[in-house]
Amino acid sequence: MFNVAQIRGQFPILKSSVRGKPLVYLDNAATTQKPQCVIDAESNYYDVLNANVHRGVHKLSQDATDAFEKARDTIQHFIGAAHREEIIFTRGATEAINLVASSWGRANLKPGDEILLSQMEHHANIVPWQLIAEQTGAKIKVIPMDDTGTLDLTQFEALLSSKTKMLGITQVSNALGTVNPVQYMIEKAHQVGALVLVDGAQSILHQTVNVTELDCDFFVFSGHKLYGPTGIGVLYGKKALLNAMPPYQAGGDMIFKVTFEKSTFNHLPYKFEAGTPHIAGAIALGTAIEFVQSIGLKDIAHHEAELLDYAAQQARSIPQLRVIGQAKDKVSVFSFVMDGVHPHDIGTILDSEGVAIRTGHHCAMPVMDYFKIPATARASLALYNTKEDIDALFVALHRVTEMFLK
Amino acid sequence: MSDLRELYQEVIFDHNRHPRNFGKLVNANRHSEGFNPLCGDSLDLYLIVDNNRIIDIKFEGQGCAISTASASLMTEVLKGKTLQEAEQLFEGFHQMVTTGETPSIDLGKLSVLAGVSEFPARVKCASLSWHTLNAALHNSTQPVTTE
Repeated sequence: MFNVAQIRGQFPILKSSVRGKPLVYLDNAATTQKPQCVIDAESNYYDVLNANVHRGVHKLSQDATDAFEKARDTIQHFIGAAHREEIIFTRGATEAINLVASSWGRANLKPGDEILLSQMEHHANIVPWQLIAEQTGAKIKVIPMDDTGTLDLTQFEALLSSKTKMLGITQVSNALGTVNPVQYMIEKAHQVGALVLVDGAQSILHQTVNVTELDCDFFVFSGHKLYGPTGIGVLYGKKALLNAMPPYQAGGDMIFKVTFEKSTFNHLPYKFEAGTPHIAGAIALGTAIEFVQSIGLKDIAHHEAELLDYAAQQARSIPQLRVIGQAKDKVSVFSFVMDGVHPHDIGTILDSEGVAIRTGHHCAMPVMDYFKIPATARASLALYNTKEDIDALFVALHRVTEMFLK
Repeated sequence: MSDLRELYQEVIFDHNRHPRNFGKLVNANRHSEGFNPLCGDSLDLYLIVDNNRIIDIKFEGQGCAISTASASLMTEVLKGKTLQEAEQLFEGFHQMVTTGETPSIDLGKLSVLAGVSEFPARVKCASLSWHTLNAALHNSTQPVTTE
């Protein structure tokens, strides 16, 4: 039974005040808050487990390694990967995309090859591909969207050709909330022989993901957007692809044998995990996933969908408010502009009421360009949000209209 | 709440709704562009400088109420000032919005922006036009950013 009061009780920060008002946290697409169990898992590692992994013969190092590797197993099962060594720890989704763009891209892309991205990608799924395109002579092609923030699938299919080598696609848009039909897009991309990287940074906390059923070649997400710590994230890649890719970074842990003449590299997943990893972060990410599993993504999605509907209804009370992103299939993101008020002024006034939202371009400038706006205000939801949070948002927004639009 | 009223004074609303000296200055002999990459604010500043004095000044662009009002107030205050006076006002304004201290120089109507110092995230909004001015006066060809 989904009990939001009981869930909120597990997040210490939700009891705090901001500017003398109870915190109403609606900036979850930027980062989510952490439940006590995640905070405890991270500090428990330093309290009783701290040792380096994969290298000590002593008991503590063995225990730390076991806990670290157990987190990998948790992640494997959470996203339905076939093999544990397909789970690579990274600093986050951004590093995971950079890893693929750099390692796979440099080894495989040639002049004339095409990388297909969507208009609604976050900068992290644009810029790494631009860099590798410059180095290899490959070209970037962009799948357009319409003014509801829905991808044009006819255009998508028209853009696919034997030149397409990679499709980089976000499962959920951080700026619009659009859920893209990635399953369908993966199938189509595979038909022309392209690989597909799915950016799951914004989807992983709102819906069940099964990478084997999706048949995506790469899947990336960040821990901190899944109630876990910052500085830890995941790259999933199909084993055969990862095996064929050259190392991304070099150093300890990723080698078998080193001489000054030549080094040989470790097997997966360690080939891509040079240096001491964020051990505490990985362990705590495992705990965050167990926390989400204990509540259930189905119930979480249902709760969040109700809140998003509620916000959309409330929005009708403010005629100057225009929702940006009205795709039929949409989750958790309520992005909007108000005639006559810049999003930053909205953000400051909301902040004075204790309501935390994001204002700006959301690291998705091409999305802003499409809608011909410099920025939006964005409220984004997570499992601990309530109708009261949405009410507080709209009380504050009415204050904005009183101040600016009277 | 009182901080918020300090920030959003009536003068600010007025300049936001009706920015002064807004538009292009066709015969400008100084021009520079400013960006606030985090907000997406952008500003074009045009000046006619003659004999060490700002004869005319206009701006164009888009931004929040604080950045628009700040640019508007700046153009009002600077028209007719010498470059040395402009430099002193820049320093005084910068001191006021970053530290909250009252500067030694009288900032006149620019003082309505004193409340910005209580909102560190908004200091950039208030100072964008001034950094752009600085670039224009020092003939910098690089667009200015607040980052």
